[in-house]
Amino acid sequence: MNQGELIPHLFRTEYRKIVAVLCNRFGFDGVETAEDIASETFLTASQTWGITGVPPNPIAWLYSVAKNKARNHLQRLNTFKAKVSPQIINDTTDSYETEIDLSPQNINDSQLQMMFTICNPAIPAEAQIGLSLRILCGFGIQEIADAFLSNKETINKRLFRAKEKLRELKVKIELPGPTAIDERLEPVLATIYLLFNEGYYSVSQNNTLRKELCLEAMRLCTMLVENAHTNKPPVNALLALMCFHASRFDARYSENGVQILYEEQDVNLWNADMISKGAYFLKAAATGNQLSKYHLEAGIAYWNTRKEDTKQKWEGILQFYNSLLQIEYSPVAALNRTYALAKVKGKAEAIVEAEKLELKDNHFYFALLGELYAGINNEMARQHLERALALAKTQNDKQAIKKRIDRLSA
Amino acid sequence: MNEYLVIMRLDLITKDVQPSPEQMEGYMKMYQDWVGGIAAQNKFVGGTGLATEGKVIKPNNVITDGPFAEVKESIAGFITIKAKDLEEAVNLAKTCPILYGEGNSVEVRQISGHHMDK
Repeated sequence: MNQGELIPHLFRTEYRKIVAVLCNRFGFDGVETAEDIASETFLTASQTWGITGVPPNPIAWLYSVAKNKARNHLQRLNTFKAKVSPQIINDTTDSYETEIDLSPQNINDSQLQMMFTICNPAIPAEAQIGLSLRILCGFGIQEIADAFLSNKETINKRLFRAKEKLRELKVKIELPGPTAIDERLEPVLATIYLLFNEGYYSVSQNNTLRKELCLEAMRLCTMLVENAHTNKPPVNALLALMCFHASRFDARYSENGVQILYEEQDVNLWNADMISKGAYFLKAAATGNQLSKYHLEAGIAYWNTRKEDTKQKWEGILQFYNSLLQIEYSPVAALNRTYALAKVKGKAEAIVEAEKLELKDNHFYFALLGELYAGINNEMARQHLERALALAKTQNDKQAIKKRIDRLSA
Repeated sequence: MNEYLVIMRLDLITKDVQPSPEQMEGYMKMYQDWVGGIAAQNKFVGGTGLATEGKVIKPNNVITDGPFAEVKESIAGFITIKAKDLEEAVNLAKTCPILYGEGNSVEVRQISGHHMDK
């Protein structure tokens, strides 16, 4: 790796670690200082390495520069507290210890704690994802803007407001205790899953960026699985679910970026290693008596890694959707359940159930009705698909529906 | 939208009408398909099946193991659903698969906001 590639690479892997450790040390009030010091560290690296060449151990070099900068900052703060501020405010807090602990253990702990700090329902979901990408994943503002199809200014504002809100709430950077862990894990898992979906279903045409979002979500979830305190069944279920989905990553898009529907994917491109990882975590999730929505979704995702149409597969999927909808309704789940119902009980019965859903602003609803009527009443099928086409927003969706209309008349 | 309680009653006492484990599995699938259909319309609020064991408490601290009512049918489960009126609630409830069983019943009652509301 030459220097031009090395610094961006290290930025991606080390920036977040330095920020997490420093922020843990300063408290959330100091999050911007932590980010500034981490950024300055990389600036110093690119200036120095350009002249002297890359040091033998670049990571250790970065840590030592970050430590020095943090020490200088804390010493200035101490001086201010000792000499200046007593005359202004009555501040008697002890002076800061100025040494920074960048050991692997502390890096890991700090990142986990930061996860619980950022994934806070008090700030909007979009902001949680944005902050996660910035602070936990080391994404640049431009990359976050690309992922959200937004611009740098909007993202900067969003992150600024979110940080301010967390400061207002005086959120502590810490791991929740054993009694609170299940409850506090919920928003963390929700954010990780949103981050994954942002990549998996993104409208962004940038395939590399999309894949990176998914991998980052899986990395964060893996950190939770690797810590005894946070290694809970729903965490394993979520990781299993993401592994199963990610197994199809290379089969979902053609070389020129056109989406390939599940039915048309080349099974040879499915990642068998990822599928067996998913199975491993699903097994690990099957302890205790907690049945989270991640368990159910992982169960569905498991069946989707097997392409053959068997009765067992569709009955399994139908029952998972029945349970999932009782925990949490979503139009997508309602539509997919009806599709599974058609596979188990036939199209006629599924049409009756589908027409009760009345999701009349959803193009997938009409696409489903089109699919169900095909072969029973092709004219009705066509009408539904035409409505789906009129409602569809993305080019990929429109193309997929057009294809099915063509197939009807073939 | 109003909320309605759907109470499912069946005979949990007479020994020779109790389902075998295999039958039970089939019944549970039918039941889940029915509830899943309601949930797919976003009209499921909550509720669950009940264990067959329990206690009945009467005045003067009289506690018995049941029967839970003076009739053969005990409450086997309940769910709460959303519907715009009683008619819609009845329509959702009448496809409940326990009604395939002779003597079983499903009761639909609107949930009122307060304890003493009429």
